[in-house]
Amino acid sequence: MYQAIVFLPLLGFLIVGLFGTSLGAKASEYITSGFLVISAVLSWVAFFAVGFGDTEVFTVPVLRFIESGSLQADWALRIDTLTVVMLVVVNTVSALVHIYSIGYMHHDPHRPRFFAYLSLFTFAMLMLVTADNLVQMFFGWEGVGLASYLLIGFWYKKPSANAAAIKAFVVNRVGDFGFILGIFGVFVLFGSVNFDTIFANAASVASAGAEAGAPGETVLNFLGYALDMQSALTVVCLLLFMGAMGKSAQVPLHTWLPDAMEGPTPVSALIHAATMVTAGVFMLARLSPIFELSHTALTVVTFVGAFTAFFAATVGLVQNDIKRVIAYSTCSQLGYMFVALGLGFYSAAIFHLFTHAFFKALLFLGSGSVIHAVSDEQDMRKMGGLRTLIPTTYWMMVIGTLALTGVGIPATIIGTAGFFSKDAIIEGAFVGHNAMAGFAFIALVVAAVMTSFYSWRLIFMTFHGRPRATADVMHHVHESPPVMLAPLFVLAAGSLFAGVIFHEYFIGHDYEHFWKAALFVLPDNHILHDFHEVPLWVKLAPFAAMLIGFGLAYQFYIRSPEMPRELAARHRGLYAFLLNKWYFDELYDFLLVNPAKRLGRFLWKTGDGRIIDGFGPDGVSARVIDVTRSVVRLQTGYLYHYAFVMLIGVAALVTWMMLGSSF
Amino acid sequence: MTDWPILSTVTFLPLVGAFLILLIRDEGDSARRNIRNVALLTTVFTFMLSLFIWAGFDYADTGFQMVEKADWLDSGISYHMGVDGISMLFVILTTFLMPLCILASWNSIEHRVKEYMIAFLILETLMIGVFTALDIVLFYVFFEAGLIPMFIIIGVWGGKRRVYASFKFFLYTLLGSVLMLLAIMAMFFQAGTTDIPTLLGHDFPAGMQLWLWLAFFASFAVKMPMWPVHTWLPDAHVEAPTAGSVILAGILLKMGGYGFLRFSLPMFPDASLYFQPLVFALSIVAIIYTSLVALMQEDMKKLIAYSSVAHMGFVTMGIFAMNQEGIQGSIFQMLSHGLVSGALFLCVGVIYDRMHTREIAAYGGLVNNMPKYAVVFMIFTMANVGLPGTSGFVGEFLTLLGVFRVNTWVALFAATGVILSAAYALWLYRKVIFGVLSKESLKGLLDLSTREKAVIYPLVVLVIFFGVYPAPIFDATAASVQALVNNVTVSLDAVPQPQPAIVQPAAAAPAAAH
Repeated sequence: MYQAIVFLPLLGFLIVGLFGTSLGAKASEYITSGFLVISAVLSWVAFFAVGFGDTEVFTVPVLRFIESGSLQADWALRIDTLTVVMLVVVNTVSALVHIYSIGYMHHDPHRPRFFAYLSLFTFAMLMLVTADNLVQMFFGWEGVGLASYLLIGFWYKKPSANAAAIKAFVVNRVGDFGFILGIFGVFVLFGSVNFDTIFANAASVASAGAEAGAPGETVLNFLGYALDMQSALTVVCLLLFMGAMGKSAQVPLHTWLPDAMEGPTPVSALIHAATMVTAGVFMLARLSPIFELSHTALTVVTFVGAFTAFFAATVGLVQNDIKRVIAYSTCSQLGYMFVALGLGFYSAAIFHLFTHAFFKALLFLGSGSVIHAVSDEQDMRKMGGLRTLIPTTYWMMVIGTLALTGVGIPATIIGTAGFFSKDAIIEGAFVGHNAMAGFAFIALVVAAVMTSFYSWRLIFMTFHGRPRATADVMHHVHESPPVMLAPLFVLAAGSLFAGVIFHEYFIGHDYEHFWKAALFVLPDNHILHDFHEVPLWVKLAPFAAMLIGFGLAYQFYIRSPEMPRELAARHRGLYAFLLNKWYFDELYDFLLVNPAKRLGRFLWKTGDGRIIDGFGPDGVSARVIDVTRSVVRLQTGYLYHYAFVMLIGVAALVTWMMLGSSF
Repeated sequence: MTDWPILSTVTFLPLVGAFLILLIRDEGDSARRNIRNVALLTTVFTFMLSLFIWAGFDYADTGFQMVEKADWLDSGISYHMGVDGISMLFVILTTFLMPLCILASWNSIEHRVKEYMIAFLILETLMIGVFTALDIVLFYVFFEAGLIPMFIIIGVWGGKRRVYASFKFFLYTLLGSVLMLLAIMAMFFQAGTTDIPTLLGHDFPAGMQLWLWLAFFASFAVKMPMWPVHTWLPDAHVEAPTAGSVILAGILLKMGGYGFLRFSLPMFPDASLYFQPLVFALSIVAIIYTSLVALMQEDMKKLIAYSSVAHMGFVTMGIFAMNQEGIQGSIFQMLSHGLVSGALFLCVGVIYDRMHTREIAAYGGLVNNMPKYAVVFMIFTMANVGLPGTSGFVGEFLTLLGVFRVNTWVALFAATGVILSAAYALWLYRKVIFGVLSKESLKGLLDLSTREKAVIYPLVVLVIFFGVYPAPIFDATAASVQALVNNVTVSLDAVPQPQPAIVQPAAAAPAAAH
């Protein structure tokens, strides 16, 4: 069954990728979507079998892979609760996105290619989440990067899409640079890249560390520093985290995600909201037995997560492209997840990943429905007043927003998905023990205000107020076909009820039985217990934040729509700073991209051309020619020249002999 | 199998083909067709025959297999052939790439077809000979003679600046050769033999090792090519005909790496360790420097040539990591690079044949009318970038891993190549393939022809196959590399280590875990 879950999307990709043009678009759509639906159904079966059954971790071997020296990395599927949670998320969203795309991409001439890419992405993502060793995980990691690159650049005629695709790939590669070094570090520390061995060794390190407590012998010489086990673990974790930052768009490796919105909207929903960008979160949770041992690394993770959550929310406040607002929201929500990871609250991170997949995919697909309705316009300043024209989409978007902002009644179990997962993280930050927990708490609450503000701003600007689109566009506004709306209903159901249904299992009483050994926490990590015990005002804080954000958005965009413009005019600098995303892109161009180009040109023209060739082959041949030329010039043909030279020679010879003999 | 001289047969079979072609008079189209057919059949047959070498190869045997030995010149020098796990796959790579090269030259070579095919067949014999020779003089003869046909191929069938390029190629490689010849003579005087298996067991005095190592290094470093003696490569590639580039990148560059593994490492282990920092430094410079240069290229072939230099940096780095992962990774990287860079040059050849320009700026939007071409080019681009799932990843990963265990600084710098390669390779792809098809001259281009598919598709299959299932290659190389690493470590243990091994791998820990 597990082979089927993972390899059906591959099969779909191969069939449609190889024969798509002869099969035709219709057949391609049905084949890939059909396989994905089967995969998704099987995933849910697996989810209940593993999450609610008694099976421990097990491995399904597939094929040999790299075996060299002491390195043994094979293709295999590792199945535990963490895996099946991810299987459900990936396959459900992917299946829905496949179906949605049948409608959304209806007018595109390259549909077989599109569906093949979607299935390829799904396969790579499944390989990532089922990996039983770091090398296979890296395969999936890069595989989703490839699919993301292909799908962002799907409309290859748009220069902006091509640029965004390359940017996504290269920035991710920067993260991978850390990831791959981290893999090497793990290999050196634990003698293996297989999770079973790594975790077993990490556990023995943990117990040994508890007994000894003193700095041990050197286990890794990194860049000239002799590191003991504790510091070596920190270094390795930080390197791995660098990979996670790239894939999950954490500051400062976040710049590719907003640009990735150049891809078709279903892609944004699947890859850049629900699944691929959460790979970093998954990685840290999977490696919780290692990360849990490094307090320093976790503190850094908390800080980066909290900062990203805050940063991305500020930028989201002023963006005008509907998809970019949601993209920054994704970036910000990923920050929440990293905060949870940094606090050792892995289950909450995965829970938020799980619920976020539903409501963020819903928001993206909903916005796709909006874009579809208004003739591919993405600028919210040219929308407005769509509520009555596309009511179903409107209500779906509202449900997504309710879930994202975490609407619910505090201290009860009535609430949307975000109410359970997001609030748990905020409460966890309050009771967390690392140095950054306090900062994280404040950052997350402030970010929650902004989240609520920009989410409602999106709703108000798009659906309320006077229409700002041209009459021609407004005339064509139409509700999406059922094939696009049906996936929205499913996601809406998830957004509303996933929290209520599953919170006891992910972070509540049934934690032990649900997760079993999939997540590792040290014995002195009590956050799972502590976060229930926070004071009432902490429980109310996210609720209040949500209300404030909503109120502000209502004031700004419904009551007095001219206020935002006045505010922007009064704080021009701040507005530009936010609108231009804190100038990260410009900074990178200035610091990295342009110098690299200049250096490349210099090394080519001066290094290779003038120095190496100049002193090497060209120089040698030029000197040979010079010498021969002077020799040629000596041969003037005049007898007296020769006689004169001869005379000098004789004189020199005689002098030398006389002097030489006298010494 | 042992009584049948399969290695000699495979090595010299192409010469038979060359002789046959010699008999055909080069007049008219039918004669040319005959010449091409004979060349193709010869190379295909050689390839199929060479597969028997792999089939009959004993993975567990660490020594040389299928050995043939006969006295030669009555001078202590012998005609001695044999393969081990290190050389065997290079023979297969050579015989595999040759038919593709002949096919790639099918229409693009229009004048002096006869001489061209003869040159290629002779080149094949010489290249196989390099990998099968077990006498150092015999090796030298093959190694140096291989220069001549390549020199001629670039000089006669090359582009506009072919004479400059071929002389540059010749000057560089000749310099190294002279030094290597001197070293071979010195070795003969010291050890009294030119037999490679005997020399492998011989202990050269430490002081002498340094000089011998340097002399061999001069030759192999040029061949690799390592920075800073790499500048002949971009020129040679740019001017060479497509098939010439394929052979150059696919096989000639591998001779340097093979030489390091066959001579430098096992025969001069002390010197290899002594010069390890030098090799690491040059490798890192090669990776970063040439990747940056590749970023700025305007000529497709130059870009790929510079990326070849960067990839060879990984190879030298892995070899001199002197551990199992590094060396096996290097061998894999060389084989993979043989396929991938060969394929990339073939891809450039496909559009060069149509447009007769290599300017990147002359292209754009080819995906619109050449979708199949776009797909294969994408696959090879990704393999060049080292994407997991393609053969490019495995070698890169293992060499980096091997070197990380020895020196983390080197691994850190080399890993930046991972970022830079993505930048230049994707930039090239974007400029050539993506975008709007706006240039009038490009609108009539046709997608891959049947012949081009026959050349490129096998490479696609292999690149992905070995990326997913590299086990056959590791099985073949494991035992020999293991023996090599053991030999080197044993002889190094005799002398005090100049620098402590960086890593104490928790070798005991995994054992405890099980």
